Amino acid sequence: MTETNQQAAPSAINETSAMRIRRSRFDRLRILLSRAPLTAWFGMIVVTIYMIAAVFAPWLAPYGEAEIFAKADDVYSKEHWLGTDQIGRDVLTRLLFGARNTVGIALGTTLLSFLIGGGLGLIAAIDRGWIDQVFSRGIDVLMAIPSLIFALMLLAIFDSSIIGLILIIGVLDATRVFRLTRSVSLNIVVMDYVEAARLRGENMGWIMTREILPNILPPLIAEFGLRFIFVFLTIAALSFLGMGVQPPTADWGSMVRENARWITYVPYFPFQEAMFYALKPLLPAGCIALLTIAVNFIVDWFLHETSGLRDV
Amino acid sequence: MSEAAKTHSPLLLDMKNICIEGFADERWHPIIKGVDLQLNRGEVLGLIGESGAGKSTLGKAAMGYTQPGCRITAGEIWFDGQDLAQAKTREKRDIWGTRISYVAQSAAASFNPAHRLLEQTIRASKRQGERNDAELRRDAIELFDALNLPEPETIGQRYPHQVSGGQLQRVMTAMAMSSRPDLIIFDEPTTALDVTTQVEVLASIRNIVSQFNTAAIYITHDLAVVAQMADRIKVLRYGEEVEQADTRTMLSDPQEDYTKSLWSVRSLEKPEDASDDVLLSIDNIDAAYGTAKVLHDVSIKLPRGRTVAVVGESGSGKSTTARVITGLLPQSNGTVTFNGKKLPPKLSSRSKEQLRRIQMIYQMADTAMNPRQTVGQIIGRPLEFYLGLRGKDQERRVIELLEMIELDASFYDRLPDELSGGQKQRICIARALAAEPDMIICDEVTSALDQIVQEGILNLLQRLQNEFGIAYLFITHDIATVRAISDEIVVMWQGKVVEQGMKNEILSPPHPAYSQLLLSSVPEMDPDWLNNLLEQRETEGDGVIKAQD
Repeated sequence: MTETNQQAAPSAINETSAMRIRRSRFDRLRILLSRAPLTAWFGMIVVTIYMIAAVFAPWLAPYGEAEIFAKADDVYSKEHWLGTDQIGRDVLTRLLFGARNTVGIALGTTLLSFLIGGGLGLIAAIDRGWIDQVFSRGIDVLMAIPSLIFALMLLAIFDSSIIGLILIIGVLDATRVFRLTRSVSLNIVVMDYVEAARLRGENMGWIMTREILPNILPPLIAEFGLRFIFVFLTIAALSFLGMGVQPPTADWGSMVRENARWITYVPYFPFQEAMFYALKPLLPAGCIALLTIAVNFIVDWFLHETSGLRDV
Repeated sequence: MSEAAKTHSPLLLDMKNICIEGFADERWHPIIKGVDLQLNRGEVLGLIGESGAGKSTLGKAAMGYTQPGCRITAGEIWFDGQDLAQAKTREKRDIWGTRISYVAQSAAASFNPAHRLLEQTIRASKRQGERNDAELRRDAIELFDALNLPEPETIGQRYPHQVSGGQLQRVMTAMAMSSRPDLIIFDEPTTALDVTTQVEVLASIRNIVSQFNTAAIYITHDLAVVAQMADRIKVLRYGEEVEQADTRTMLSDPQEDYTKSLWSVRSLEKPEDASDDVLLSIDNIDAAYGTAKVLHDVSIKLPRGRTVAVVGESGSGKSTTARVITGLLPQSNGTVTFNGKKLPPKLSSRSKEQLRRIQMIYQMADTAMNPRQTVGQIIGRPLEFYLGLRGKDQERRVIELLEMIELDASFYDRLPDELSGGQKQRICIARALAAEPDMIICDEVTSALDQIVQEGILNLLQRLQNEFGIAYLFITHDIATVRAISDEIVVMWQGKVVEQGMKNEILSPPHPAYSQLLLSSVPEMDPDWLNNLLEQRETEGDGVIKAQD
C-alpha cells in the first residue's frame, strides 16, 4: 500500500511484548529451589535417601539379602543393629534390600502403566471416534472390578513372579492413567496448532509426541508421583497378603506381615523389650509411610508451581 | 477534597497520578505510569489504546481493584469523596456491584451457568437491601425490556446457555444497571459480538446509560465504536496518557502523531484487480456436521494471485467453507477443484504436495502455535516436512522467512508467549509461507488484533502477494479489512452465498437485503453514525432494532 502508511506503522520488531529473561537451566532450577517450601525440601531429602539406599543396597548392607544367622528373633546387638527376623536374617539388611525391591518394582509398574494408559489415552483423545469408544468402554469395564481383588485373582491364575506382578498391576493401573491422559488431551486436541499439524499432513506419532504430550506433561508428572505411591501401597498390600513379592526376596510389605504377630505379644514383655518387638513390624511400615508422605509433598509443590496459581 | 465538596461536586471520579505495577519474572514492572482521570456524573469516557496499553487495568483501578499479581503503588482514587486506593476491601465491597458496576468482555464467562439469569441480575442489588425481592424482579424485567431483550417477562427464567451472546451481554448490562450505580465500567462489551449484533447492543447500552444518567468508562480498541458511545476520549499507550479531548474534537483534530496513526488505519484501500486464471474453484458444495446441514450449494472461485474476501456473521458458514477446502470436513456433495484437478474430499487421501499448496492462518495466533515450541521449530517444521530442509539450511531459511515478515534472527529462540499479538500472527504467516503455497486461507486473521497492528499485518500480506503471487481466501466480518485487501467479495448468510462479485460492485448499492444489513452495521468513525443508522432503519422499517439473534 502507500508510503504514508508505511511510516506511520511502527516496526514489528519493537512491538511491546513480554520478553522473559534468558536463564540457563541451572539458574532456573536454583530459583525454583530457593522458593521451595520446607515440606518440599523434606520430601526431596527423604526421596534422595531412599534412592541411595535402593541403588547402593548391596554395598551399604552389612550382610547378604538372604544370609541366615544362628539366632532368630534376636533383639538389637552390635552385630545386628536392628536385630534378626524369625528365621535369623539381619533386619537392617532386609530393609535396605527391601527399598531396592519394593521401590524398583513400583517404579517399573508405574512406568508401564503410564506407557500403556498414556499411549491409549492420547490415541483415544486424537481419534474421538469409535476407537475412543472401544477403549473407554473397555477401561470402564476393567475399572468396575475392585482392583485389589482383581489383582489377587490374576496373581492366583498366573504366578506371582516379579515380572507377573509388574505386568498385572501395571495394566490394572493404566486404566486411571488412561482416563487422566484422555481428559487433559481433549483440551489440547481442539487447539488450532493440532489442527495445523493435521493439515500439514503429520502422522499420529508426531501429533501425539510433539504437539500434545509436551502440553499435558505437568499434570501427568504430578499423577506419576501419586500413582507411584498407590502402586507401592498395592504391592505392599499384596505382599502382606502373601501374593506379592515371594521370599527370599526382601520386601517391606512381607516384612510387615512376618512381624505383625509381635504386636499381639507386646503387652506380655517388660517395657524396653516390648518397644523393640513393637518396632519390628513398625519399621518396614514406617518406611512405606515415610516415602508416601515425602512423594506427596513433592507432588503438591510441583502442582502448585505448574498450575500457575500464585500467592500474592 | 473538603467535606462540603463531597456531595455537590459534579466530579464523580477523580483519579490522581495512578501508578500500578504487575509482578512477572521475579520483578515488579510498571503497567500504569502516573495517569490522571476525571469523570463527571452522567458522563461517558472512552478509554482506548492497543492491548497492553493498560486500559483495562486503569478501568479496574477506578473501582479500587487490581487483578491478582498487580498492585497500586501510588495515586489517589477519589470516588464521591472516598479514596478507594486507601479503602479496606470490606469498604470497597459495599461499593462494588452497587455503586460501581463492571461489564466484562466475555459475558459467557462471567455468568454462573448453574443459576437463572434473573437471580444473577438482581443479586448485587439484593445485597444492598434497599428494595425488596418483588420490586427488584419487576425492575429487572423493565430493564430487560429497555435493553430490547426478547420476551422480557420470561427471559430471566432462562439459564445463561439458553440465550445468545448478544443477549447475554445485554443481560449483563441489566445486571450492572439493576442497583442504579453511579458508575459503570464497560470493558470491551461488544468485542466478541458480530457487527449486526453489536449495533443492537451498542444502541441498548447507550440508551440505558443516558436514561439513568449513569457515568461510564467505556474501554475498547475499536475507535468507531468509541466514537458512538463516548462524550470524551482518552488515548493510552504504554501505560501513559497520550491525549484526551471531546469525542468530536478528537476525531476531527487529533494532536499527537500516535493518535493520528490510529485514526488513519481505517482508510486503507486497495484498487481491485480482476483475473480469469482460476486457481481454486468450489462448485455446488453441500456440507453437514452430523445431521445439521451447514452449507447449501456453495460455489466460490478464487483467481490465482488475487484475494477473495468471504464476509458474513458468525454461523454463516464462512469457516465451514474453509474446512471443506482444507479437507477437515469432507463435503457431502459438489467438488473442489484446485489447479485444474479435483481435490479428494478427505484430508487423509490428499497427497503431501496437495497439502503443501494450501496453507491456513488462524484467527487466534495464540492457539495456533504450540506454546512449547520455539519460533525456530514452528517455522522450521514445514520446511523439513515438505521441502526436506534440515540443520543449517533450515536455520538459514527460517531466518530469511523471519526477515520477510519484518522480524529478525533474534526471534529464532523465542517461545510464543514472549511475542506480542501481532508478532504471533506474523510467525503464523511465516509458517504458512515456509511451505511455499499457492494459496493461503486467512480465517479472521486480523480480528483479534489492535488497529495499528492490523494495518501492519494487512500490509505484509499484500506485499507477500505482490512478491510471490499467493492467492488469499480471506474470511472476515470486518468491512474495513475487506476494503483494504480484497479484489473480490463473497457474501454468505446461513450457509448460502448471497452475492459474489468484484469489490466495488458489491460495496456499492443496490444491495440484496442481507448485504445491506451487514454493510450498514459496520461502525464508522463518525459520532453521528449510530444515530443516523437507527433513524434510517426506523423510517425504512426493515431493521427496527429488535433482538432477533
